[in-house]
Amino acid sequence: MNRLVLRRNIWHLLLIPLCLVWIYPFVWMVSAAFKTPREMLIGGLSLLPDEATLDNFARAWTTAKFSTYTANTITFSIAVVILVLLVASTAGYALARPGLPGKKVLVGVLIATMFVPHGYTIIPTFIVVNGLGLGNGLLGAALAQAGPALVVPVLLFMGFFSGIPKELEEAARMDGAGYLRTYWRVMLPLAKPVMGTVALMNFIGAWNAFFIPLVFTLGNPDLRTLGVGMYGFYGQDTTDWTGLAAAACISVVPIVVVFLFLQRTFVEGIAGAVKS
Amino acid sequence: MTTTVERPLEKIPVAGTSRRRPGRFRKHLWSYLFLIPMVLLFGGFTVWPMIASWWYSFFNWDGVGTPSDWVGLANFREVLGADSFWRAFWHSLVFSLAAIFVELPLALVLAILLNNSWLRFRNLYRLVLFLPVVATTAVIGIVIAILLDPAGGLVNRILLDTGLVDQPVNFLGSTSTALPTLLSIDVWKGFGITLIYWLAALQTVPKDLQEAAAIDGAGFWRALRFVTLPVVTPIAIVILLLVFQRSLNTFDLVRAVTEGGPDYATDVVPTYIYRYAFDPSLQAPRYGFASAAGVVFGLLTLVVTLLQAPFLRRRLGGGKA
Repeated sequence: MNRLVLRRNIWHLLLIPLCLVWIYPFVWMVSAAFKTPREMLIGGLSLLPDEATLDNFARAWTTAKFSTYTANTITFSIAVVILVLLVASTAGYALARPGLPGKKVLVGVLIATMFVPHGYTIIPTFIVVNGLGLGNGLLGAALAQAGPALVVPVLLFMGFFSGIPKELEEAARMDGAGYLRTYWRVMLPLAKPVMGTVALMNFIGAWNAFFIPLVFTLGNPDLRTLGVGMYGFYGQDTTDWTGLAAAACISVVPIVVVFLFLQRTFVEGIAGAVKS
Repeated sequence: MTTTVERPLEKIPVAGTSRRRPGRFRKHLWSYLFLIPMVLLFGGFTVWPMIASWWYSFFNWDGVGTPSDWVGLANFREVLGADSFWRAFWHSLVFSLAAIFVELPLALVLAILLNNSWLRFRNLYRLVLFLPVVATTAVIGIVIAILLDPAGGLVNRILLDTGLVDQPVNFLGSTSTALPTLLSIDVWKGFGITLIYWLAALQTVPKDLQEAAAIDGAGFWRALRFVTLPVVTPIAIVILLLVFQRSLNTFDLVRAVTEGGPDYATDVVPTYIYRYAFDPSLQAPRYGFASAAGVVFGLLTLVVTLLQAPFLRRRLGGGKA
């Protein structure tokens, strides 16, 4: 028995160093953000700063405009989440109605696009958004981000609504609730778990988005999101390591905190995508 | 895209009997109304762009006004004849090869380990390995670029101090090491997702099946070979496709960290397209040419995906036999 315990615990000798190396970039990022540029230059390996400073954060927040970028990222992410929730839940509800003509075609198109590479859709997307007159706004970028992100949420909502017993809906109808009311007052509140998963996954996805926000803010640096702002900051000044580390903290720490609080939902959402 | 919703609508008058027509349509009127937002959003930003890329690729177009300078297949000839395109395509392929042959097996090994209920702290390990996934690629990529900096970056300082190298290694700045370095960062970044995929797949192995194997005296390797892997294989194909798709579309990391350099040594197709269509240093964007590159990339991807299909089917059949 003792040998078994030993053999099992030996894995920790492998896993602990691996995990330490794995999260080292995050640890370094937080540590460097509080160091003075001088201490960084001398290059001590210590993770605890000699004299902790908030100057780096001040510089990133105001000079490098990360206050604006944070606000933009929050706006952008919330817009994407609202769009996806509204559009996917209505579509999922409609597609779950029994005997809807054309359902198979529509679901087929949705699934087929999952396996077509998206890399080449950026130019027409850009032109469509410009054509709508939204080329220089975060709403246009949010639309472009939400469109391709719809497939999995629509399928999730469809699956969920299909599984709700018919009696419930009939009861609602007996009480005089119409289609819209049944959806909004009865079905949608039941779908809270799905809404939570979809909201969280798309929030993290939008927060971390880079390609779409980059393309849509080329002409307007004031609309940059955090990822694009970091890229711009690095492009301007590759040597301000402590400032860059502080900027990285501003972008990464909030989303990691969100994730840590809601990790179960998020991980189950990813796992669900495979299983279905 | 509008065609997809119109088709079922039009089908009704043609197909149905005249008596049932209006009733059937009215019965589903609300459902169709509910589908409109999705059809508009998904059609406008996914289906239409896929079609429009084809159309644009036949024009010489700088994005001003509507495309009018029809050039036929000239853009395609230029793409297919450009060494720079094939180089970018090869690099994109290398990203997916690294994901398939390095990340996928390693993640499976760790998933099998972390799936054991006797392993203490396994949730903590899983959490740590997953952490890079939730960080913005562009941001954490730049942080790692600083760690790898040849002039005072932490990794080089450690390598020099321990005497492993005499001169600092310019990981991201030299043509020979830039791509392998980016590949490693990419594997690190995506590993957590693949790990979760595998863990989800392993959870589908029925407990009583494992217990039966244990009672029959099957050891770890035999149980893995004859119980776990056969059950997991169908899901493994989905995982493979997901990982392939993600890695082939690598853009954020390359653009943010090396911009495809040095000397295009890390250029991938998405950054290639971006450069011809959007790069601010460009005198005039070449939307037509960039679209053609995108279409060719899409077709090549499709071919590579389809090439995997018979191979996978054989593996699947072999695994079950």
